[in-house]
Amino acid sequence: MPKYTLSVNGQTMTAEVDEDTPLLWVLRDHLNLLGTKFGCGVAQCGACTVHMNGNAIRSCVLPISAVSDNEIVTIEGLSKTGDHPLQIAWEENDVSQCGYCQAGQIMAAAALLSRNPTPSDEDIDRSMTNICRCGTHVRIRKAIHSASEKI
Amino acid sequence: MKSTISRRNFMKVSAISGGGMLLSFSFLNANANLKQTGENLFSPNAYISLNSDGKVVIMAPNPEIGQGVKTSLPMIIAEELGINWRDVKVEFAPLKDEFGRQSVGGSGSIRGRFNELRIVGATAREMLTTAAAQTWGVPVSECYAENGKIKHSPTGKSLNYGMLASKAAELAIPSSPKLKDPKDFKIIGTRVNDVDASKITSGQALFGIDTRREGMLFAMVSRPPAYGKKLKSVDDAETLKVNGVKKVIKLENSVAVLATSTWSAKKGRDALIIEWEAAEKLESSSAHFASFEKMVMDENVEPARNDGDFETTKSQASKVLDVTYEIPTLSHGQMEPLNFFADVKEHQVELYGPTQVPGSLRAQVSKKLNIPEENIKVATPRQGGGFGRKLMTDNGVEAALISAAAKSPVQVQWTREDDMQNDFYRPAEMYRFQATLSENELLGWYQSGVAIGRGARGNSYVAGALDNYRGIGQGYESNTPIGWWRAPGACTLAYVAESFMDEICVELKKDPVAFRLEIFDKAKVNPVGRLSYDPDKYKGVVEHVAKMSNWGNTPKGIFRGFSTWYSFGSYVAEVVDIELVNGKPRVVKVYCAVNCGRVINRSGAENQVQGAIVDGICHAMFPKVTFVNGAVEETNFHAYKFLRMKDAPLDIEVDFVDSDEAPAGLGEPALPPVAAALSNAIFAATGKRIRKMPFNEQLT
Repeated sequence: MPKYTLSVNGQTMTAEVDEDTPLLWVLRDHLNLLGTKFGCGVAQCGACTVHMNGNAIRSCVLPISAVSDNEIVTIEGLSKTGDHPLQIAWEENDVSQCGYCQAGQIMAAAALLSRNPTPSDEDIDRSMTNICRCGTHVRIRKAIHSASEKI
Repeated sequence: MKSTISRRNFMKVSAISGGGMLLSFSFLNANANLKQTGENLFSPNAYISLNSDGKVVIMAPNPEIGQGVKTSLPMIIAEELGINWRDVKVEFAPLKDEFGRQSVGGSGSIRGRFNELRIVGATAREMLTTAAAQTWGVPVSECYAENGKIKHSPTGKSLNYGMLASKAAELAIPSSPKLKDPKDFKIIGTRVNDVDASKITSGQALFGIDTRREGMLFAMVSRPPAYGKKLKSVDDAETLKVNGVKKVIKLENSVAVLATSTWSAKKGRDALIIEWEAAEKLESSSAHFASFEKMVMDENVEPARNDGDFETTKSQASKVLDVTYEIPTLSHGQMEPLNFFADVKEHQVELYGPTQVPGSLRAQVSKKLNIPEENIKVATPRQGGGFGRKLMTDNGVEAALISAAAKSPVQVQWTREDDMQNDFYRPAEMYRFQATLSENELLGWYQSGVAIGRGARGNSYVAGALDNYRGIGQGYESNTPIGWWRAPGACTLAYVAESFMDEICVELKKDPVAFRLEIFDKAKVNPVGRLSYDPDKYKGVVEHVAKMSNWGNTPKGIFRGFSTWYSFGSYVAEVVDIELVNGKPRVVKVYCAVNCGRVINRSGAENQVQGAIVDGICHAMFPKVTFVNGAVEETNFHAYKFLRMKDAPLDIEVDFVDSDEAPAGLGEPALPPVAAALSNAIFAATGKRIRKMPFNEQLT
């Protein structure tokens, strides 16, 4: 099996896996970064959202062979102590129910705020395409607006 | 709700090493209100462990599937214990007989455990108070508990719980601890954030899928591709060539591939060459509905409820409405695809993963493997949604069988496609309604429901308020499996009945809110037959939401729909405000009034209600499951469509009617009314009556 050298959360990491292995499973099964979740495997739900060079991508369909030296950031690397304004806003607004999709939601929101620090409701509608089966959308929207005010 | 408690026999107190007390409680509970889910209803129980440093660990006894009970159940104990919430650490209780009914379903956790958990906390508080009084040599009556301390009123001196724990552990258990006066509640009724909030937002919260153990293999299973098909033969030659694949295990009707990673297991699984054969009829949704259409027109079926004589009202009627509604099969689609960890050794089994019914899982694994229950350990992590899917134990049982056959600890991971094809679905249904109307009155109501599996029920309102009511339910036999789906029965009946009620309002030119109030007045003043609801409570939420939404003064550009429903002990009324955007509805705001008795965690409760409303809108609008020759056509979320942010309400305002009554259910009750409120709003906006889900297909 080929060996890949990756930049994840500012660190250099290596994994020996088949070239078609999705980044998601490399993160979870080989690098023990379990915060990124599996939901559909076809880039629909966004539970697997991570950043690649600052953009939100769905890691379940990105083969490891295509990652190259692009910089990957996962929920574990979004902030040092869980204090990114979105993470704080998520807690303050008690957004989560089951919590399974929320790491992906936060990563999607973080990518949105990094290119648009003051998103309108329409911007949020367009950018936040992740599925939340518990229906926390109203609180997610509120948390994004409140984090936006603090950035 | 009636609790029978025999305290002396079932309470235990013990000292813990390093100083402190551990209180274990178990009591008999004859709780007839709760829905049976195959779990025993015997002896709920809770643990408090109080360390000498003052830290309290409270065990959350029930599985957490997103309904918030890991937070709200311990709040009840902490309230009576008289401790600061910030000093509490919450841990999941493993499955143990003395913890009682550890299943979750039927919105039953809080309403089933409220009294018991109060007594748990109060008992500990009383023992600590006695310990302090004895330490000071003062009467107990001069001492009281506050914020983790026992205080002495006359002198103002105080002792921390931690300093009293060891002494308290030696005291006799009080036979009837005094519960707090609810007006002194400091935790119950407040807004408390989820206990795992910071773990969730930092990616540290672990779910079943995150289980990692020494020597564990990852497994994927090839199951029949259609209902009615059985395993004939398997060729695993290609599978065994896949990197990382370790074993192939043939089960009764499926094949498991075990590997060193999830991806290897999937690749190996997908490389199996399997021949499946049709062993039973291969069914299709189109045939289901064709049969329903005939069944639903049959008027000679024994009714589930019959008041007066509906037929005779036809001759008095100036108009008879006669319509049918259609509801597709649905999947659960919980965000965390099913999985389970199992480690089966010769006489010892460990099971860890997502289930709503750990007790019944243990019983089934015990039977399948012929290992006594006491040798089987079960625990549950946080779970990525439930919605009723995990009332079935197939995922856990399967993992145990694979581990036993492979002689290895194993984590079985399902793909989304596996989940979609191997569910216990919300059954497809069809309803026929008839209403006989005079110029300004509803004379009679006829409803006939057909569903895969079991027939619809006939006791909900408007039954009880009309002299002439006929309710029929018929089941349709199918080999496509059905199960419980959030607010079973109510979730669809509320849609059809409350949409039809709106049709009646339109015909009679009655205001939807005023007309419901009229009906509840009739049920109160002159009830017909058995009343399965409280008309006053119904009226209460209807009037409350009318006030919240300023009913009668619809904002410009907005179209409104109203609906109300009672389920799982709680009354809910909702107003949905929509705008039309390119002919499609956008929900701008939902107003929701709830009477669920006493609210425990205001933030969690509001979150459940908001979530249930979004859930209801989502499943009214978008997804459906279509069987074609036993196979599910919608294999993943590209075809089984969920609501996204752009389709979600911009705002949901929730208000709880003040109540001193015991808490009722809340995980489900806000879901049933919303589909009708939405369809009624769409009618207000477009004049089009939506009698078929998913609505989105009707709007193109």
